[in-house]
Amino acid sequence: MGAMNTKVIEAEYDYVKPASLDEALDILAEKENVKIYAGGTDLLVKLKMGADLGMDIMMDINGIEDLYGVDKTADGGLRIGAAEKIWNLETNADVIAMYPILSEAMHLMASVSVRNMATIGGNFCNASPVADTVGPCMCYGACVELKSKKGVRTVDATEFFLKPGVTVMEADEILTAIILPAPEENTGAAFTKMARVRPDIAKVSISCVIKRDGDAIKDCRMAMGSVAPKPLFLGDISAELAGKKMSAALIEETAQKVHDFVKPIGDHGTTAEYRKEMAHLIAKEILEKAWENSGGELA
Amino acid sequence: MSAEKIKVNLKVNGEDVTYTINPEDTLLKALRANYNYDVKCGCEIGECGTCTVLLDGDAVKSCVTLAAACEGHEVWTDKGLGENDKLAARLQDAFVECGSVQCGFCIPGFIVAGVGYLKNIGNPDRKMIRNYVSGNLCRCTGYQKIIDAIEKVALEMERGEI
Repeated sequence: MGAMNTKVIEAEYDYVKPASLDEALDILAEKENVKIYAGGTDLLVKLKMGADLGMDIMMDINGIEDLYGVDKTADGGLRIGAAEKIWNLETNADVIAMYPILSEAMHLMASVSVRNMATIGGNFCNASPVADTVGPCMCYGACVELKSKKGVRTVDATEFFLKPGVTVMEADEILTAIILPAPEENTGAAFTKMARVRPDIAKVSISCVIKRDGDAIKDCRMAMGSVAPKPLFLGDISAELAGKKMSAALIEETAQKVHDFVKPIGDHGTTAEYRKEMAHLIAKEILEKAWENSGGELA
Repeated sequence: MSAEKIKVNLKVNGEDVTYTINPEDTLLKALRANYNYDVKCGCEIGECGTCTVLLDGDAVKSCVTLAAACEGHEVWTDKGLGENDKLAARLQDAFVECGSVQCGFCIPGFIVAGVGYLKNIGNPDRKMIRNYVSGNLCRCTGYQKIIDAIEKVALEMERGEI
């Protein structure tokens, strides 16, 4: 791999296409160095850019029925199959009605032709600190469902990510679904991402869901993209807001805390200083907006 | 580790074909290796959109679609659409009428994305059109005339003319 990149995939690997989830789990249990191909919009780009993924087998999971579907759960939430395309989800009536900022974040991702290919499971498993679907899912209290030959487990979305490209998933596991709890009354949400032009990868992004109790905050959850080595759930800062009466001063104080807490890096996207400044600005903006969307008024 | 050639059966522009490919070949590479030169090869990393094709009716980037994964699927390219689909042929003409073409390199992708828009959404709404073709780059026209052409056909659809 020289300075010139011909965009030829240098890696050699075998291609397998299991017909069922069981068959896919068998392959993951028996073989080593298996990578999953879902939408391909991250995987193929990485391969073309010469990334060494240590992949001997590419397993195509498209068409496996168990990985599709957007279904209401028993408790009134939503179960989203991991291989569902972003475009299908952002235009899904239940997703729009129940989790508006998840739909909004998806609408702001890349372009339609990419969203026709990319999957929500892929956005999670790619584990980029920027991943746009992750922040909203964390704020709505989502879990991810992981399956292997040994069984099923669910992991809170806030505990799924470890570092860039790395999650808590074992090599024999597959992400089968994202499970969202039922939305509550008097809940407001907001999402913002900063990018040069709209389809760009976010320089910095933030999500917020507030549950309101009169003029006080019942519960608040905030998450940010591109300010840490993984999608960052602002658990402690959000939790401190519970039970407090909402005010402009509280919002300013919280935005300052977010600013002080995040430790972004500078990269090709933008500088660390810009990300830190923006963290303050957009934290303020989304707290105001989420509160307003919950039906609250600012004193 | 030896990667073996595989055969993939798919439908390209209405015709059943079997391509012999490597597991790492993209749909773009497989199409061009089989003489579909109307599908252009640009950035090759899913940024520019000139390789856009319809895969089962949705606009996708063939440079980041794995050819092997297209087994049993249906692909339409700019040329095939123009020869077989009235709406696509009308859009091609509209591009000429609106002066949407300069160097032409991005146009096959824009036509396919435009057909994807007209078939899947179709409203004569410039903002929605812009959103739909935001995955396609043009370095000559400044986009306005491309949007004009897609809007023109969308308006004709709305009036029931096509």
